[in-house]
Amino acid sequence: MTTETKGPTWQLPKGRQTRNKGLNDGGTPSLHGTVVKIVLLSLVSAAMLFAIMILIGNEDYLFAGIVAVVTIFFNWSYLRRGNLPTKYLLPGLLFMAVFQVYVVGYSAYIAFTNYGTMHNSDKDDAINALLLNGQTRIAGEPVYPMAVVVDDAGELNFLVTMTDESGATQVKVGGDGEVLQQITPTEFNSMGTAVSADGYTELSFREVVARQDEVVKFKVYLNDDPESYFIMTPDAAQAVIFGPRLDYDPVADTMTRVEDGTVFYDSGEGSYRSEAGEDLAPGWRVEVGLLNFERAVTDPGIREPLIRVTIWTFTFAILSVLTTFILGLGLALLFNDAKLRGQRWYRVAMILPYAFPGFLSAFVWRALYNREYGFINVVLFGGAEIPWLTDEFLVKVSILLVNLWLGFPYMFLITTGALQSIPSDLMESARIDGATPWQQLRLIKLPLLLVSVAPLLITSFAFNFNNFSLIYLLSGGGPKDFDATINVGHSDILISMVYKIAFSTGEGRDFGLASAFSILIFFIVGTISYFSFRRTKTLEDVN
Amino acid sequence: MEQELTKEELKAYKKAKEQLTDARKESFGKWLRTKGWKHLIGWVMIVYSVFPIVYVISGSFADADQFTSTLFTSFTTDNYRDLFADEYRPFGAWFVNTLFISGTAAIGSVFLSALAAYAFSRLRFTGRRAGLLTLILVQMFPQLLALVAIYALLVNIGNVFPFLGIGSQLALIMVYLGGALGANTYLMYGFFNTIPKELDEAAKIDGATHTQIFYGIILRLAAPILAVIGLLAFIGTSSDFVLANIILTKPESKTLAVGLYMYVSDQFGQRWTIFAAGAVLAAVPIVALFLYLQKYIVSGLTGGAVKG
Repeated sequence: MTTETKGPTWQLPKGRQTRNKGLNDGGTPSLHGTVVKIVLLSLVSAAMLFAIMILIGNEDYLFAGIVAVVTIFFNWSYLRRGNLPTKYLLPGLLFMAVFQVYVVGYSAYIAFTNYGTMHNSDKDDAINALLLNGQTRIAGEPVYPMAVVVDDAGELNFLVTMTDESGATQVKVGGDGEVLQQITPTEFNSMGTAVSADGYTELSFREVVARQDEVVKFKVYLNDDPESYFIMTPDAAQAVIFGPRLDYDPVADTMTRVEDGTVFYDSGEGSYRSEAGEDLAPGWRVEVGLLNFERAVTDPGIREPLIRVTIWTFTFAILSVLTTFILGLGLALLFNDAKLRGQRWYRVAMILPYAFPGFLSAFVWRALYNREYGFINVVLFGGAEIPWLTDEFLVKVSILLVNLWLGFPYMFLITTGALQSIPSDLMESARIDGATPWQQLRLIKLPLLLVSVAPLLITSFAFNFNNFSLIYLLSGGGPKDFDATINVGHSDILISMVYKIAFSTGEGRDFGLASAFSILIFFIVGTISYFSFRRTKTLEDVN
Repeated sequence: MEQELTKEELKAYKKAKEQLTDARKESFGKWLRTKGWKHLIGWVMIVYSVFPIVYVISGSFADADQFTSTLFTSFTTDNYRDLFADEYRPFGAWFVNTLFISGTAAIGSVFLSALAAYAFSRLRFTGRRAGLLTLILVQMFPQLLALVAIYALLVNIGNVFPFLGIGSQLALIMVYLGGALGANTYLMYGFFNTIPKELDEAAKIDGATHTQIFYGIILRLAAPILAVIGLLAFIGTSSDFVLANIILTKPESKTLAVGLYMYVSDQFGQRWTIFAAGAVLAAVPIVALFLYLQKYIVSGLTGGAVKG
């Protein structure tokens, strides 16, 4: 086999036998081709170099290294002569490696982490977020009188008059997010509060009201320590000292809540946890081992819906294939009759549901099924408010009916094709031998048909097993299951459940658990493919 | 076959044929029993198949307050006007986005698959069979399954290159291209194998380079098939909801599938007629393409079926 594309061999005059290398290496490159190649390669390399520089800037040396190796390999592959397979396969393989193979491995990795809304970054980010998010009034700190002033540029500032225990007065000024600076006041009001200073003039009451939103969000820091206390004002006249709700001790790696002195320790599971088991949010990403899988098995709020959803996924996929196949086959047997007039029109009409974009069909059926306004309830059932999409059981029937509409044309097409390929002499001899039509169907047509259609039925099963669009766009997986601790509904299948756990707005995103479930789907799909390949010998045909 | 028929058999055959053609002259009851019931089922199936589609078309021309119960009782083109006037749901932009994203992804994936299929069909190298088997296996696992990881990966990429992160159409196209090799290569490989090898061998001896053979012979001869595969890829990606939904975030960058969902997920009724207008406009090109390609689609399906 390896000799097939080797070029012819020539006997050179001197009697030395040599293979014509040029033929196997793809011929002599043309100038035009070489120029195009060099230009494309330099563009790609420039983009990759740019990427490497940014990655090094972000101190992401591992990925910088990977990109560098890929770039060098890429250039080496295209610049050297020969090695054609790499040249033709590389572009597609690169995309496939990243977006189809790597992501599977990455899913598996995420399944072993606690990645999610509450755990979406590293520990340093989580500490910063914890210190920034919460703020609380510091008990025991004095309240100072203050005035809101504007500087020459029109920016707001707080002018605070601070009197300490000894009675010494300091006047300080600062803008939003800035640190207070000492300044010499030029004017005091009757209460002894400084109201203006060099370059700063007091804001009238009306102006303060007009800029109220700005004033209440104002934070002026006491010093430039990042954990510094800061001043805020509830009424534009009193400066109240606030501080972070939590106090971080970098040496012991603990967080202390200022209000009640509760100490939170690093739990080892990506969060700070108190003795009482309370977690601080946000946490950070860590590997949690089998925790996500454990939760799926031990937490009844996850286990029960998972089992129910798995059963429904199989039921849905099997019944979808069965119903569409039976209707499609029946119609194929009926209309596989060249003498039937108008047969072509029936065919075109019956292909329409297949041609109509699937996502739109789901939307249209959703409207038809609508409880109050839908055509089915209003016209066909005379105004009865049947909960087609909101009842636990009916929703499943509705979904299967819609999938029947969506799927029967495909089955009709493939069974028609398969029926037509059954040799006519077989049917003829059966007739001559006196087989009844029923016997002809059961003993000859069906077995032959199933041989050729079985692989497509398995493909159809696999497709429906992950038929996200239909379920999500038709019923949204609803009605919601209120016994579950995860966001899941009664008509959800595995893949739509994964999506809802990972991406539903409102409830927290839990990428770790969602990935653990997608790994489960991978195993199921893998098992199905394994058996279908073993049966159909597709793999043996490859050569 | 027919030559082998004896005279008696021929006579019987002619008689049977006469009986069949005479059937319509016979009583209605007999017609109903022999053929009529097939037409009856045919009509039922036509209504069943076409009704939801007729319902959308009717809805798209209906007044906003009388759309549910009856078909074609009111006629207005306001819905189509309103559809394009809504600045929060920019239908025109969605249409263009869908054409751009699906078009680019389709052309790109056909090109990448053609490159790979050429290598598998014309070149012999170690790992070739393993490569083909891998492609068939990869085909079994839709990208959809790794959607969490795809999202996380794009978040990471977006931290380094904002133009390739979440929200970027380019990122979505790249994700689609990632699925290209698995989806089309094996199919194309089969077609390339039917192009005679002698053609490229002759070209090779005349001094053609491998690129000249690929672009000048293989791609030229397979052009119709490539077009069909490309159009099917276009139909496929333009119907994708889930990847487009998690990747595209801004209203003006969405595709039709994601954008029209905004109409349906909100209160039904208020905007149903406008949605119907959008659905009609979105469906027309795809249904037209599909019917135009029907011959290829059917032969592709049954080709696979009969081979089994």
